[in-house]
Amino acid sequence: MDDHPCKHGDGCTCHSGVSRRGFLGSITTAAAGIAASGTLTAAPAPPPEKAQPDEPVKLQLSVNGRTHKVLVEPRWTLLYVLRDQLGLTGTKPGCERGECGACTVLIDGVARYSCLTLALEAKGKEVTTIEGLMKGEELGATQRAFVEEDGYQCGYCTPGQVMAAEGLLRVNPRPSMEEIRHGMSGNLCRCGAYVHIFKSVEKAAVLSASEKR
Amino acid sequence: MVELYWLQGAVPETTKPSPEMPPWKETAVVGKRVPRVDGYDRVSGSAVYPRDILLPDMLHAAILRCPHAHAKVKKIDVSAAEKMPGVRAILTAQSPGADIPWFPRRDKPSTSIFDQHLRCEGDEVAAVAADTLLQAQDALKAIKVQYEELPFVLSVEEALKEGAPVLHEGGNRVAPPAVYERGDLKKGLSEADAVVERTYTTACEIHVPMEVHGSVAKWDGNRLTVWDSTQGVFAVHETVAEALKIPMANVRVIGHYMGGGFGSKLECGKYTIIAALLAKVTARPVKLFLTREETFTMTGNRPPNKMSVRLGAKKDGTLTAIEFLSTGTGGAYPASATTSFMATDLYLCPNVKSSDENVFTNAGRARPFRAPGFPQCAWALEQAMDELAARLGMDPVELRLKNIPKTSQRRGNQPYTSTGLADCLREGAKAFGWNEARARKKPDGPVKKGFGVAASLWGYAGGPPSTVIVKLFSDGSVNLNMGAADIGTGTKTFMSMIVSEELGVPLEKIQIEHADTGTTQYTAPSGGSKTVPSDGPAARAAAWEVKKKLLALAAEEMKLPVEELMLSGAEIVSTKDSTKKLAVKAVKGLERQQVLVGVGTRGPNPEGKIVTPFAVHFAEVEVDERTGEVRVTRLVAAQDSGRPMNRLTYDCQVFGGLVMGIGLARTEERVLDRQTGKMVNANWHDYKIPTALDVPVDQKVVAVDPGDTECNATGAKGIGEPATIATAAAIANAVADAVGVRVVDSPITPIRMSQLFRERQKKG
Repeated sequence: MDDHPCKHGDGCTCHSGVSRRGFLGSITTAAAGIAASGTLTAAPAPPPEKAQPDEPVKLQLSVNGRTHKVLVEPRWTLLYVLRDQLGLTGTKPGCERGECGACTVLIDGVARYSCLTLALEAKGKEVTTIEGLMKGEELGATQRAFVEEDGYQCGYCTPGQVMAAEGLLRVNPRPSMEEIRHGMSGNLCRCGAYVHIFKSVEKAAVLSASEKR
Repeated sequence: MVELYWLQGAVPETTKPSPEMPPWKETAVVGKRVPRVDGYDRVSGSAVYPRDILLPDMLHAAILRCPHAHAKVKKIDVSAAEKMPGVRAILTAQSPGADIPWFPRRDKPSTSIFDQHLRCEGDEVAAVAADTLLQAQDALKAIKVQYEELPFVLSVEEALKEGAPVLHEGGNRVAPPAVYERGDLKKGLSEADAVVERTYTTACEIHVPMEVHGSVAKWDGNRLTVWDSTQGVFAVHETVAEALKIPMANVRVIGHYMGGGFGSKLECGKYTIIAALLAKVTARPVKLFLTREETFTMTGNRPPNKMSVRLGAKKDGTLTAIEFLSTGTGGAYPASATTSFMATDLYLCPNVKSSDENVFTNAGRARPFRAPGFPQCAWALEQAMDELAARLGMDPVELRLKNIPKTSQRRGNQPYTSTGLADCLREGAKAFGWNEARARKKPDGPVKKGFGVAASLWGYAGGPPSTVIVKLFSDGSVNLNMGAADIGTGTKTFMSMIVSEELGVPLEKIQIEHADTGTTQYTAPSGGSKTVPSDGPAARAAAWEVKKKLLALAAEEMKLPVEELMLSGAEIVSTKDSTKKLAVKAVKGLERQQVLVGVGTRGPNPEGKIVTPFAVHFAEVEVDERTGEVRVTRLVAAQDSGRPMNRLTYDCQVFGGLVMGIGLARTEERVLDRQTGKMVNANWHDYKIPTALDVPVDQKVVAVDPGDTECNATGAKGIGEPATIATAAAIANAVADAVGVRVVDSPITPIRMSQLFRERQKKG
């Protein structure tokens, strides 16, 4: 890109227009433009308004059943907004490029990497974080299972592991061991506590079932 | 003792020995399966890791790093970056106060925080603090740097060539080769009925803990508080004070939670100092955490090694000679790359020679990585033992059993306080079904099963100094105050269990304060499997002292001799007449004082004896001869780490060690581009660590407890490193058993296997 979308004046070598996040931000708005214009063969719509990467946009975000009104830059990830804007630091950054799963949250009940989700993409959806599994001060069933089976070591990947397990169990309440391994394979644990993580998911299935009864 | 080079000879003087405490016999709490006392915090999201710290008015910082393998900074221009929105401060080598020698605790070779001579990709060039992290990262891109690119060296061979580019004054050798000899190697080889000889290599591995490295720094006048993701707050404490030339009393380092380290967080990083400098000039708190990519290049690694092994043995399996020659590179700055220790000490052998050579190369500096040097050594030594067994027509377990030493030959022939090596071999083989497995018929299909074994020891088992304080409140509840970090090993839990064992206080009535240089006492960083054997005895000693004080008060009030009294849960009871008892809460002396304080210190290790943990690992693999894929399908770890403190977390830690071993054996390898000298797989997509699908569900831990009453007051010898040393070698041996191919280079990738199959075919 030759034209710099930033407003820092001449001589600025800021790459905000081509940085990965900026790029993602612009394709999102471009895609939204196509969607809004109906079909591609229709009469040319006025060019969609292009949000600048560092220009804040209003967003209503529903997290753990609470609605937050926030101003976000289009390039901000859901992970960043959860942690740095809403203070929900239970969700952990691990790689910020969709490789480790430490930042896993539920979006409309489905496990998703919040580092690969722009905050704007979560608009109109229900986001659940590790804090949202709590029942007041009490741990939820999946959380309790991880404590009882020692499904962690340093605990840093744990919120992501718990959310992945929760997402798996919501789709498949009685997973087999093979299904557990596949369901948890998007979440790295460098401490290598996998055997106990598998057991935790098995236990979580039992605890969740008895809670629903 | 193995040279723990991260301590750099700076171990403070031994504290006074703790009171004599008899070894535990039956235990009520210790050794049981106990969920972690901080489990709630870890699964609820309420545990605050350093990365989670949010302070009012806090700035975010990022570091500009060298994009070349070897270069000099010719010119640096920050004028555009300074004008960027949100930018509050930029540091370069020219900034006042930024000329700080590094590493502050080493003499030579000297470098500095922003050294203008950049010796590897990732060396620090400048740093920015801005209102948001994205602004800081944007500003980095606006800093203009002119580099003079220099020729670079990546391998040991290149570094030692005549006329090779030199990294440091004095040449590329870190030190002269370290040679060890006993007996007469030549004679030993000539006496042997069978000799095996082969050269092995291990790839460079990266720690990549889940939480990236970083700190938050906040000044209050001339006092500095640092939140750091660290294995040892006191190591960071000392370095920060020295680098910034301020009294240690003015620095407070806090490391309550931390997301993994594996050795890469034993020391203070430059990032901590940079955060403190930026916080100083901006008068605002500064948060500086590295990106994931930076952790691949700049926070240490397990150095790559090349090891030539020669073993000689008699027909009956008695070893007559061991030669182990190792070279390696700790990267661009001083770091150990030695591997030979275990080869000279694991087996009984009179004629031994080893040497270790370490050179500088233009690559990221190594840091201790879970059992530094030992898994590499096992990869070579234990594969050589396997080959020797085959040559002699002996069972690999039997060959090892034939050569069990009772003394540490490397350490002046001093006897071990206990050795469970033979029991690990026997009990592990039993649990694995070794004899049945090896006696099976091989299937005809393209997927071949194989079974392998490897043994190991770890060269350290804790020691002084460590100070722990236990306070008993007037209602019988307890505060446990300790300096150790809980790096995921369950330190808080087992330390509480030790106190609970001694005082009978339930775990939920023990409050823990830890890993804070402002409020807790010195202990060395949690590394080298030292936390249980170093800090555990200190915790027991502190609880012991509290108990003594309490019983003395009770004896006075009960009008009974103190020797007759014992503490039983919430009561003090007479051993002679159990009707004579007094509730702890009812002890008037305790009520008057409100608190009883016990200070426990770690005494010295037993004189003239060596404390050593041992382990033997068994692996089952499936090798697909069509694709070269290797699957690890079953693992058994037989561990002699003395008494397990918490069997639940003990098992978990061993599983973790096995998984790390799978990484070394199968997937992990830093790849440096020969054209540019840069790392090409600095991310988790291209640098593969084991996932849930790479590890077998069937993993078993056999705890072999030899009942060591001499090692220390807990009977434990440490489990962290011994859990990972032998795994990769056991897997390689299983592969050799499955398909008759010896894989000398790690990792065992499908490509490598396919090449070996092709060679096998050529040879017919």
